[in-house]
Amino acid sequence: MSDLLDLSAVEARAALDAKSISATELTTAYIAAAEETAALNNYVLLTPDHALAMAAKADARLAKGEAGLLEGVPLGVKDLFCTNGVQTTACSRILDGFTPPYESTVTANLWDAGAVMIGKLNCDEFAMGSANETSAFGPAISPWQGADKTDLVPGGSSGGSASAVAARSALMTTGTDTGGSIRQPAAFCGVVGLKPTYGRCSRWGIVAFASSLDQAGPITRDVADNALMLQAMASHDARDSTSSDVPLQDVVAAVRQGVKGMKIGVPREYVMDGMDGDVVALWQQGQDWLRQAGAELVDVSLPHTKYALPTYYIIAPAEASSNLARYDGVRYGLRVEAGSLDEMYEATRAAGFGEEVQRRILVGTYVLSAGYYDAYYLKAQKVRRLIKQDFDTAFASVDALLTPATPTAAFPVGRKIDDPVVNFLNDVFTVPANLAGLPGLSVPAGLNADGLPLGLQVLGRPYDEASLYRVGGVLEAAASFTATPARRAGGAK
Amino acid sequence: MSVDKSTVAKIARLARLNVPQDRLQPVASELNGILDWIAELNEVPTDNVEPLASVTGHALPMRNDMVTDGDCVDTVLANVPEGASGFFVVPKVVE
Repeated sequence: MSDLLDLSAVEARAALDAKSISATELTTAYIAAAEETAALNNYVLLTPDHALAMAAKADARLAKGEAGLLEGVPLGVKDLFCTNGVQTTACSRILDGFTPPYESTVTANLWDAGAVMIGKLNCDEFAMGSANETSAFGPAISPWQGADKTDLVPGGSSGGSASAVAARSALMTTGTDTGGSIRQPAAFCGVVGLKPTYGRCSRWGIVAFASSLDQAGPITRDVADNALMLQAMASHDARDSTSSDVPLQDVVAAVRQGVKGMKIGVPREYVMDGMDGDVVALWQQGQDWLRQAGAELVDVSLPHTKYALPTYYIIAPAEASSNLARYDGVRYGLRVEAGSLDEMYEATRAAGFGEEVQRRILVGTYVLSAGYYDAYYLKAQKVRRLIKQDFDTAFASVDALLTPATPTAAFPVGRKIDDPVVNFLNDVFTVPANLAGLPGLSVPAGLNADGLPLGLQVLGRPYDEASLYRVGGVLEAAASFTATPARRAGGAK
Repeated sequence: MSVDKSTVAKIARLARLNVPQDRLQPVASELNGILDWIAELNEVPTDNVEPLASVTGHALPMRNDMVTDGDCVDTVLANVPEGASGFFVVPKVVE
């Protein structure tokens, strides 16, 4: 079985086309892998019957020579994507028992391409968190372990998604990224994660968190798989008014194009107190790799970088407080009965939302309320423009930016932190790209002194995912990241 | 702009969240911690800066104002906590 799990998606597609393996065999191996690694709590719902039915259809299309881009590839779906007839909860009690009667555009695109759904993946409640610890289903656990064998967080909010790819219980997974929720867990778990340009993947059918920042993207084992999955996910969708009709470049070819002649910016503000020394060293190493591959490294300045996090923590909660107003106990999900309509709303929402979600709803309501709107929300929107202008200026002279993905490696599950602001710092290097709508790619590039994965981040111009994959392909080849986590399926030999 | 217990009670009411009396002060302290940190933005001069609401740079697309969906009452009510005769049921709002 483990040799099936060794195949990347690109390799699996070739083997499926060559009929040396079947989609049913591959799917069966991944269902077993998901069961073997169940203790990691990556899946909140396994759908083996559904998966085997989809695999049988994939085998039929393969036999007829009608295979799609991802035909027969076992895939996990973050529980934020609505899946027709399959429970979708955003990992919140307030959506307990919700079964969507429709399919999100992104997942519909993936099934049209022939992918096979293994199940729904754990995440932070409504994608609000950076450690997958706010989930109503309990924390997802990383397959990586520290020297003392403690359980580590996989990052978040797409923690189950990144952990499942690292644990080999899915060949690829969907994630969503509002402030780093694809790139940070990808870095923590040693896998590849892309937040595409805002508008590249349709938001239709994805449970909304902060609509001007949310973007779906692929999490995969390597860069080539990532480009392949993006090609299947991305589309222009009239049902999402912010969806873009700018054509996707040939991202699959870009992975092997190299960086000769590219100008790569190194933003001097991407440093902070408490940053792991190994992260600083890896960032320098990444610059050397790109220079050796023929790129020109350029020092650039993004002067408003330090204001990105506070800006984000006004805009994201404000949008969330508005988006989450829909959970009222009337149309779907949890309802707590009470005497009056208002009491029913208040009791339902207090029982259904977890602590972090309630905190963000309250912050968002406050910054939008009469008397404070100008001081907080409008101010944040103005600073957001300055942050975007920093990037516009930088991209006038460079093709991409190289930064660390996270300030540190993964930390233990249950780490007690009284100050919510400390947790926000996980996203210090990823949040700016969301505020500016830029694509960002996280690539595993090394290990820290404790043997835990560290990632480098590549940022690019809007709609220029190809440049990210060019840089990512070179980083991946230079790093030759072959380390594997202890608690992966088929890992104990 | 410090948040006190009565402000928390007011925004909880606006957000339709039942925050118990004994939680008002702890929540106020948490919010003040976040708001104090956010206040860092005040040092950024923004007098002639237009607020940024959308990064896409393109105008929202127009479409014809017409019905595109319907006749699916059962689907709409498929997840309803309480429904009757094709309607959502809520506690009595008119005496």
